[in-house]
Amino acid sequence: MNWVLVPQAIITGILNGSVIGLIALGVVLIYKSSEIFNFSQGHLLMLGAFVTWWFAGASEDGNEIFNFPLGLAVLAAFLVALLIGFLIERIALRPMTGQPLLSIILMTLGLAQLIEGLVSIFFGIQPKSNFPAPIARTETFKIPFAFAFQGNIFIKKLLVIAFLVAVFGMILIVIFFKFSRVGLSMRATAEDHELARSIGINVPRIFGLSWAIAGIVATAGGVLLAMLTGASLSLSTVVLVAFPAILLGGLESLPGAIVGGIAVGLAQELVSTAKLIEIRNSSEIAPYVLLLIVLIIRPEGLFGQKRIERI
Amino acid sequence: MAILRPAGDYDRSYRQDKRYIRKPWQWVILFASIGVVATCPYWGTPYIITTANRIGYTIIAVQGLNILTGYTGQISLGQAAFMLVGGYVSTLVVTHLGLSMFLALPIAAVGAGIVGLIFGLPSLRVKGFYLAMATLAAQFIIPWLTKHTFPEFLGGTEGRIATPVPQIGSFLFNEPARFIYITLGVLIITTFIAANITRTRLGRAFVAIRDNDLAAELLGVNLFGYKLRAFFIAAMYAGLAGALKAHYQRAIGTEFGYSLTESIVLLGMLVVGGLGTNIGPFLGATFIIVMQDVSNVVGSNFAAIMPHEMTARLLTSFRPIFFGLILMFFLIFEPRGLAHRWQLFKAAWRLRPFSH
Repeated sequence: MNWVLVPQAIITGILNGSVIGLIALGVVLIYKSSEIFNFSQGHLLMLGAFVTWWFAGASEDGNEIFNFPLGLAVLAAFLVALLIGFLIERIALRPMTGQPLLSIILMTLGLAQLIEGLVSIFFGIQPKSNFPAPIARTETFKIPFAFAFQGNIFIKKLLVIAFLVAVFGMILIVIFFKFSRVGLSMRATAEDHELARSIGINVPRIFGLSWAIAGIVATAGGVLLAMLTGASLSLSTVVLVAFPAILLGGLESLPGAIVGGIAVGLAQELVSTAKLIEIRNSSEIAPYVLLLIVLIIRPEGLFGQKRIERI
Repeated sequence: MAILRPAGDYDRSYRQDKRYIRKPWQWVILFASIGVVATCPYWGTPYIITTANRIGYTIIAVQGLNILTGYTGQISLGQAAFMLVGGYVSTLVVTHLGLSMFLALPIAAVGAGIVGLIFGLPSLRVKGFYLAMATLAAQFIIPWLTKHTFPEFLGGTEGRIATPVPQIGSFLFNEPARFIYITLGVLIITTFIAANITRTRLGRAFVAIRDNDLAAELLGVNLFGYKLRAFFIAAMYAGLAGALKAHYQRAIGTEFGYSLTESIVLLGMLVVGGLGTNIGPFLGATFIIVMQDVSNVVGSNFAAIMPHEMTARLLTSFRPIFFGLILMFFLIFEPRGLAHRWQLFKAAWRLRPFSH
């Protein structure tokens, strides 16, 4: 390892990891209430980023319909995500109730393909580098730190904003699940559908709500990522990094998703400080190596419940 | 899937009972369809010949997936990665050892099978969704390895190398019209093996694991052993398919369609065709590949009538939309796939014009 690069890597890793954690939260949300593992979360995220971009009027070809400031555009995109979440649950996932796992996984995969195609028709396949951001992408904080490379740690200001927003979102979600009526009924539904029904919870409505909320969370993650890198179709692949985070933290654990996300972010950054070029290049697969290790050593994850079926 | 046979249609001996092909007209159909494919270089357009090749090697990959997912019930999201392994092994064996492509094919199959075993290892501890994640890891780790290790053999970060043209003596299989015979020959062999696997002890064990793994274990099926065997066979089929694809495209590399999307498409073909049926891979692969081409045609026609700046996005977007819609439609309305439709059609045809 290049030790001088490590402090920088740790800071960047934690900041990146928080965004991954937020994305992972969206998947865990749906899984907790309906036991559906949503492979299309990445595409919802990409959709959210593109919708925000569109509402912000950034296409700049003269005939944009909306020209909202970023905050308003994000709110509008949240509304769209809410509707799309409800719609997906109603049209695609409701008929799959009681179907085997493979069918449900394939349904979300098919959904992902569909969303990808639709997004590329409506918004085009070119990456949008002009995604509105509150401050310029190049602005950085410079923190003097004796052991770091050239005595300084550089942090992108946008990354810090993303971190703060992600943490705020996570706190909001945890509060929602701990104290709000809907959140509590979601947890009850996750525990046992029939019991939840018997105390008067409208279970299909809860499923729909959890998809809607997951859509909003995905949009938030998408906006944060798009602020950093610009909106593009490849945003959807980010969620593939969130999957290892989810398994690492435990499939049903909200704090687990956050910790897993940070761990994956750290792993990616730390790997790229290695001296060997082969290891340095492996930052894109580091999450998956981590995933395989977790699956073999501790399949239920760090915070997961131990009711995973062992063989 | 037990299909009720009409009264009066029964077997008089075990030999008869074991038959796949029971009626004379089924022999006719079999030889007629092999004949049609074998003669297509003489009557087919170039499009038909290339599509027949594509469908051929895709069917082989789907057959492997059918054994793993359809019969054993283990979800795999890494079939395309195992195809990549097969393609590389075959290419390297032919290039560096100077073996014939026909010897390289089995070697590629075994090579891919061994890699499949490695990624099947997590099935010792986990199943269902968790296993899907392990194979998803394969889908990322294998292409990465081909890009970043042994650059002198695997082509480095470019990640592509040329695959030699297969030949017998001085006869070169250098164009689709000739390559179709290799594809067809291998496909016949793999179909024969796949159909027979399902009726052996091995296949029965697979089905038992799929239907109820606890019961299977109580009956003395070694779960881990048989799951690994399923992974091995599935990866072997993928390896064969990948080797054929590589020799057909005369190049191997991560950019030639071995991505996660491709793995998902293979799974989609299996579901559209019918899980756990022998005819499913044929129907599914043919249907999806034809629909992909239809979507390209639709896209280019739309592009012709739409404003100019829409052209680029319309050309590429219809394929995922078609695939996603077809997959969702089948999952909701016909989860048993085209194979089941075919059975229903046969039953309806037998009773025609009466409905019962």
